[in-house]
Amino acid sequence: MYKVKVYVTLRESVLDPQGKAVMSSLHKMGQSEVEDVRIGKYLELTLQKGDYDLDEKIVNMCSKLLSNPVIEDYRYEVEEVVAQ
Amino acid sequence: MKFAVIVFPGSNCDTDMYHAVKDELGAEVEYVWHDATNLNQFDGILLPGGFSYGDYLRSGAIAQFSNVMTEVVKAARDGKPVLGVCNGFQILLETGLLPGAMRRNESLKFICQPEELVVENTSTIFTTQYENGEVISVPVAHGEGNYYCDEETLQQLKANNQIVFTYKNNPNGSVENIAGITNEEGNVLGMMPHPERAVDELLGSKDGLKLFQSIVKSWRERYVAAT
Repeated sequence: MYKVKVYVTLRESVLDPQGKAVMSSLHKMGQSEVEDVRIGKYLELTLQKGDYDLDEKIVNMCSKLLSNPVIEDYRYEVEEVVAQ
Repeated sequence: MKFAVIVFPGSNCDTDMYHAVKDELGAEVEYVWHDATNLNQFDGILLPGGFSYGDYLRSGAIAQFSNVMTEVVKAARDGKPVLGVCNGFQILLETGLLPGAMRRNESLKFICQPEELVVENTSTIFTTQYENGEVISVPVAHGEGNYYCDEETLQQLKANNQIVFTYKNNPNGSVENIAGITNEEGNVLGMMPHPERAVDELLGSKDGLKLFQSIVKSWRERYVAAT
């Protein structure tokens, strides 16, 4: 089995109003070193092994559904796990 | 002319849309469930507002893979009028029938209030009954109506006259005050404000009614006058 961890964030060029609100709240907490906050999503997929190209499959899922390429970027990590 | 109001799990403006078309416009209309696999009998497709599939992942993201959206894409390619309002607009963006994407409102607040819109293009099949530059009052109700597209797409939208409605007082931060756009062919319109909620003086405005009347008039000119 594979465990795929997908991170989706708004693209750098897209203003993140939630991140901005959280940053200003952190500043009010006294955390003045914080320069930027980006809020995103974290997804964990568990996949059965099979006769397929893993990266191709993940890229397909990420670009067609898990993220919206117009405003979001994604990255992912793959871990091999033993089925329980 | 017969309209379909597409109903997804989580749609909540479907009844308003149905009422606007049936009672105020006086046209034929039917509800169509999201797993329908045929829209051949309909001349116009209406995607209502709401929270399809709970808006999980992103607004409109899950709906794009429902059976009926394959048919909506087909109808759009056939040149049938397709109107997406609010969540319907978000679905059209996610499906790729319209360019761009929606972000959270700049204020991060859900906004529910009447808005003044400027009619920017009266040559679309959705707007022939308006005057150019006419200011109309139509309510908005959304948390993610902050339209975004990159600079290149924006230039294309302008060059092809695809920007149909803009906000007079931008409530959500959308690029170029955009409230509604069409596809390049002009038969698919997405807009965040709710014309179906502005079809009777009792509702505070009937400025939305002309949008539906425009669709019917264009359709009649094209299909009825010719026969």
